[in-house]
This record gives sequence, structure tokens and C-alpha cells, in this order.
Amino acid sequence: MKKLSDLAKTIRSKNAGVDKITFDIIFTDRDVYDQVRRSKAITPETVATLYGIEQSRIADFVEYDPACAIKFTLYRLRPSGSAGDSDIFGAQQYAPLLDIRIDI
Amino acid sequence: MSSIKIICPNGHLGFAPLKPDSFLRGVEAGPDFIAADSGSDDIGPVPLGSDTSTSPEAWQRQDLEAMLLASRRIGVPMIIGSSGDTGTNSRVDRYVEIIREVAKKHGLAPFKLGYFYSEVDKERVRKAIGSDEPVLGLDGRDALDEAELDATDRIVAMAGVHPFRKLLEENCDVIIGGRSSDCAIFAAAALHRGASEADAYYLGKVLECASFCAEPYGAKETVLGAVNGSGVTVTAMHPDQRCTIASVAGHAMYERSNPYDEFVAGGRLDMRDCHYEQIDPRTTRVTGQRFEPAERVRVKLEGAGKVGERFVGIASVRDPYTIANIDKVIDWAKEQVVERFGASGYELYYNVFGKNGVMGDLETVKAPGHELCVVVQGVAGTTEMAEEVCMTGTRQMFYARLPEVKGTAGGVAFVLDEVLKASPAYRWTVNHTLAVDDPLELFPTHTVTIGA
Repeated sequence: MKKLSDLAKTIRSKNAGVDKITFDIIFTDRDVYDQVRRSKAITPETVATLYGIEQSRIADFVEYDPACAIKFTLYRLRPSGSAGDSDIFGAQQYAPLLDIRIDI
Repeated sequence: MSSIKIICPNGHLGFAPLKPDSFLRGVEAGPDFIAADSGSDDIGPVPLGSDTSTSPEAWQRQDLEAMLLASRRIGVPMIIGSSGDTGTNSRVDRYVEIIREVAKKHGLAPFKLGYFYSEVDKERVRKAIGSDEPVLGLDGRDALDEAELDATDRIVAMAGVHPFRKLLEENCDVIIGGRSSDCAIFAAAALHRGASEADAYYLGKVLECASFCAEPYGAKETVLGAVNGSGVTVTAMHPDQRCTIASVAGHAMYERSNPYDEFVAGGRLDMRDCHYEQIDPRTTRVTGQRFEPAERVRVKLEGAGKVGERFVGIASVRDPYTIANIDKVIDWAKEQVVERFGASGYELYYNVFGKNGVMGDLETVKAPGHELCVVVQGVAGTTEMAEEVCMTGTRQMFYARLPEVKGTAGGVAFVLDEVLKASPAYRWTVNHTLAVDDPLELFPTHTVTIGA
């Protein structure tokens, strides 16, 4: 078992427009990317469970081969920058991904 | 078709200054255009709603000056989109004025400046709301209705390539744009020189954030993109940065819901079959992109509406029992606000740092830290009421009645025994698209000779 943070080069989150936050997990080694995909540790189901949300809040989930990347996007509950929004840029929402255990 | 080269020194001009060394290298590489985007909706709805910039004018001026001097020196057009963070009319006027002042300061020879506006009259949008072609919502939003339109203070439309191309056809040396799709700024220049739509839009897509498409990470460095008839190449200008297959392909998915489609007024760039190839240590070539023109031109609208005046309070906690019961402390303070102002007519928010202040409902760690910082926001129609709502919601945490608390002299710590006036609260009311017959309709263009 390895932690995702030890396998991926980039793990980040950022606004995708004003109503969504998108998450990118990018690998440099295609073999590692393929092993992570095959492990099924990162799927719409596991992401929804990790963040404690309904799957309907996941707007997109893509395995993007050209960049060896897994990418998913969540709807915000309120648009970015509304009063009370704690992360206007959506840039600090990825931390729970770092510790995902991958059977590899 | 001969090669077209464009350099981009900054992914959001004004937000932080460009780095001069790689910009100079880019200029020396002999580009055909020097272009940059100066806006973003990342900054939240306040600047658009209140018609302000989040970027300091000194930084805007510094980058505009560097780009103008370089573009006049080597005799190629300079293109700016989304002026002043939001691309509102006042921001366009301000950039035009800065260009005028910089030209005068340096005694530049006369040149032709083109500019266009992007603000949309609410009545134009209102007409569409009741028509056969409603104002469709993006990202899961419903179609726009009159109530949301009425709650909106200012709307900008997102220009595609059309106003830029018109001004290039009019031989403008400098173009200052209102709100624009990032990629259209560059695509317009490439299209003007005969590139295919697929290559032109991909070039724009990859250049829009400057060195974000390069590695190692380092923002605000210049990159050079080229179209030469066999795809798009992109090259890092900083000597220690490289545009690699990973960095360029990775950038295709940056800040977007999916990595395959880029929508602009007039069509969609399809990146599904892109092929990436490293052709030298600092350059990657991209082929296989396609462009599908839209059957009907729909222009994206962004709108922001004022919610109220806003104050911010800060309170902190160290007592472990109080930390364990922080929700009760906040409930007590909220009740005191309700007693004074009732249950509606204002907004009151608590971000509890040390518990879930950054992630809110998405937080996965359930055990709080040994100390908390609570940021309170009070929003109301008048400054006086917003201040009192925030003050009550903050100070009453001090008096929260927890039955088992040992410390009875005050429930929270204050770094300031006051609440601070913040920018008014706005919200994104419009994230929609409007159908148009003429893609230039929402973007009136103007030209003027500077230095004459």
C-alpha cells in the first residue's frame, strides 16, 4: 500500500468557473498512473465517500490519458466568493486526497 | 502559410508583475504579437459588482508599459483582453488612459489603438429572458429569470475572437479588450494571419496562463507559442523552464471541468485526439486538435449583484471544553443576533479555522485542533446594521453560556475588540449564455490614434 501523495506528482484543486471546483491528480509515470486507475481507489464512488457528498455533486470524472491524470469536478453549494465562502479560488480543497491508500 | 509566433508574459496581467528576463528573451525571439489576458472570475464577484480592480494600478501599469515599449520597439501588435480583472467599461477606459500616458512619457511615435467594451445593458438581457431563446444557465444553473436579473448590478459578456479580429483588420497596433475568453485573445491574432481555427484556438488555450504550461512551476514567466502549419508548438522562455508533454497536456485540464472541450463564442475546441510530442528540451508540439463551429452563437455572460454591506469579526478559542462545544457557542451568538434583528434581513457566517474553516462541509478531519480561530461575517443592507450584526455575532461568543465551562471570565480571545469594514458582499448572479445574431453586437469597437 502506498499513499497517493507518494505516487502523484501533482495533486491540486482550483475553481472551474464560479460554480465548480476541479481536482487534478497528475502522474509522471504512465505505469503508476495505470496501476492507480486499475486499483479503483479513485472513482466517483470513492471520491463521494471520502468527501462525504452525494455522487450527484460530482459534475465530471475523467481519466485523462494524454496527461496521465485523473480529474474530477464538484459543484459548489454556493458560487465562489459569496459571503462565507472560505476558499474563493478553490485552491485548498485537495488535502484529503493526499492520504488515499493505493494497493500498489 | 508562414509561421506565426506569439508571446505571453503573464497569465493575469496586473494580478502579479511579469518577470522581465524571460519577457526580454521572448521579445528577442521575434514574435508577431505580444498578448496577455488581464482578467479572471477567480477573484470572486466583488470587483465586477462594485466596478473595481483587485490588482494594484501600479502593477497593471508596469506590465502594460513593458509590453507597449517592447511591441513598439519591434513593431508588432500588442493585445490585451479582460482589462483590469473584470473587463468592465471603466477598466477598458483606464487601460486606454494608461497606454496614452505611457506613450507620452516615452515620446512614442504615433500608433493606432483599438479598444472594445463588453458591458451588457440589463434591458438587452431582459428582452431575451421572455423570448424564444432564453438566457440559458451554465454549470447546472436554471435559465436566468427577471428576479435574478433585477438582483444584478453589472453584467459583462465574454468576447470571442470577433472584436479582436475586427480591430486587427483595422490595422490597430495596440488592442485593449473588455471581458474576453482567454484563448480568443491569441486565437484572433493567429486567425488574422491565416492559421486554422483548430490550431489558433489551441494556441490560445495553451498560452493563456503564460508559464503555467511549463515546468518546473514558476508563474509570470514568458512562453512562446507558434503555429507553423503542422500543429502548435509552445516553448518556455525562462532558461530553467521547459514545456514538456506532461506540463502542456496537464495545462489543458487546468481550471476546467473537463480537459477535452474549450467553449468560446462561436464554437468548441475539441482536444480529445490531441497528440503531444517533445521536439526539443524546452518545446512541445501539439497536433490533432479540432474546432467545431457552433450552429448558433451564444455568448457567455457574467453578472454580479450586491448582497449588502459587510463587516468581519475575529474570535479565538483555546479552552478544550469550549472547542468541543464550539457549535453551541456559535448558536448562542446567533440567537443574540436573532433577538436583536429577527431571523431574516441580514446574513451571518462563521468560518471555524482549526475545525473546518477551509473546507466547510467537505472537511474529512473531524477532530478539531487545540486552538480555533473563528472568522465572522455580518452582511446587511446598511453599514450600521452590518456592523452591529457582525459585532453582536462576534462579541456574544465571549458571553456564550456553556454549563460546564471552567473559565467564566470570557469564552473567546480577541486579537481586536472591534469588527472590520470589508468590501460589500456580492454574489455571482449571472453565469449564463445569450444567443446573438451578430457576434459583434455586444462588443462595440473604437479606434484612436495615440501620440498624434
